[in-house]
Amino acid sequence: MKQAEIVVIGAGPAGLSAAAAAAQAGAQVLVIDENAEPGGQLFKQIHKFFGASEHRAGQRGVDIGHELLEEVEGLGVEVVLDASVWGIYDGSTVAVASQEYSWRVKADRIVLATGATENGLSFRGWTLPGVMGAGCAQTMMNVHRVLPGQRVVMVGSGNVGLIVAYQLLQAGAEVVAVVDALPRVGGYPVHAAKIARAGVPIYTSYSVKEADGDECVEKVTIWRVDDRWQGVPGSEIELDADTVTLAVGLSPMAELAWVAGCRFLHIPELGGHVPVHSAYMETTVPGIYVAGDVSGVEEASCAMEEGRLAGLWAASAAGRLSVAAAVAAAAPHEASLARLRSGPFGAAARGGKLAMDGRRDEAWGQTLTRGGA
Amino acid sequence: MSILEDGYFTLEEVLALPGCPSPEAMRGRRVAVVECGHELPCNPCETACKAGALTVGTPITNVPKIDAACCDGCGICMVDCPGLAIFILDLTRDDGRAELWLPYEFLPLPEMGEAVLLRDRAGSVVGEGQVTKVRQAKRFDRTAVVQVLVPEELAMTVRAIALRR
Repeated sequence: MKQAEIVVIGAGPAGLSAAAAAAQAGAQVLVIDENAEPGGQLFKQIHKFFGASEHRAGQRGVDIGHELLEEVEGLGVEVVLDASVWGIYDGSTVAVASQEYSWRVKADRIVLATGATENGLSFRGWTLPGVMGAGCAQTMMNVHRVLPGQRVVMVGSGNVGLIVAYQLLQAGAEVVAVVDALPRVGGYPVHAAKIARAGVPIYTSYSVKEADGDECVEKVTIWRVDDRWQGVPGSEIELDADTVTLAVGLSPMAELAWVAGCRFLHIPELGGHVPVHSAYMETTVPGIYVAGDVSGVEEASCAMEEGRLAGLWAASAAGRLSVAAAVAAAAPHEASLARLRSGPFGAAARGGKLAMDGRRDEAWGQTLTRGGA
Repeated sequence: MSILEDGYFTLEEVLALPGCPSPEAMRGRRVAVVECGHELPCNPCETACKAGALTVGTPITNVPKIDAACCDGCGICMVDCPGLAIFILDLTRDDGRAELWLPYEFLPLPEMGEAVLLRDRAGSVVGEGQVTKVRQAKRFDRTAVVQVLVPEELAMTVRAIALRR
């Protein structure tokens, strides 16, 4: 069986950062990703990132991705692509399916950096071709260079919805409307301002009533929702559109943490069920760490900092770094995370991680219906 | 309505921002107008400004504050702002027009001399302007700077252009 000191599952911003930090500490690191290319969502992020100047703010996500990849390659990290991890046994045996064969790797430490998955939304007509996730539209545009549609209704005004709406405009589509059932724009107001001045109307307190069309979306009807989330008859607006993109939140992709027997808590601010983890990013299964969206949905800049922490602490646990050295190395990343989570837009993540700490005992007492322990 | 409900600031909201120079300062020199007001964890504008005119400080969620007396209107903060929320305004001309510098990330780029439609913060077309310069540089990292002449009275209204083509 193949051996690795640290196996990182997922080659997105969190996974690559974890791999870099662990390898820098001297650990032997193997990164496994099911996609054909590394980088996760980073290479689709063509906008400039927010944050502190000393932590790559102002740089475009795609460029940060290239830099991370170079760093990881320079440190001699092995990256295996087109390979799906489908199981973790005894907290240390990682089961992998490549295109043509299955294999196992024995890991001293594991970092789960599997990211998140897009939430769906059902309405009449939601199965029509032309209804897709905002991330799907972003992949079509920025990876495959295919325009997903000509006239798009974006559902959701969080940062994903606002940023992808802007990228749709850049790619040459018309964004007919951004709608959000909440009474307020969810994402950064400056992102909203960019698309508003380009002529995109933003409808807060509106939701999709239905999408119509014979073989694909031809018309989208939106309507106002009242304070009990019910559509208000008579408030309908019909939009001439061929595409509906859904940006209605993300959920941690935590299946591997479930099968490994990690304990979970349901924390809505973090996107749903998250594996309980310590400040060292370690789950309730010793030796299994988490970083990035799988540990609670946040921005990519946070995922990169969490990745550094998980990589450092996994390497330290593997004996590559003294605790004192790890504490010192972790400090700037912890400070950066605290900065990224500050202010009103960081309140959800900040509160979510705090809630997790506060409910740790509850997690230990819970009866699990899946996994082990 | 406010920016949180429909996505854009009203002029009154902009004038009250710490990043907006006073009307007197605007008339005196070319200056940056920083339309950022929501405590985002972000500070590249502060780092970009070599003149020390922009301050975010600690905590990083402070709303950027401008000291217009120090601002020389160079526009580097504008291309470094990830939110594309900074505009450069030159009200010092005496021909009834103002020059506005806009961050621009669409293709095709406008051409020098081209007549373009002017949009306000809500995206409504409010007039027509003339492009005086389109600048690109490695330092700008693929955000172009479009300089456009607008009627002076629309200088604080116009925030985007649309091509006629």
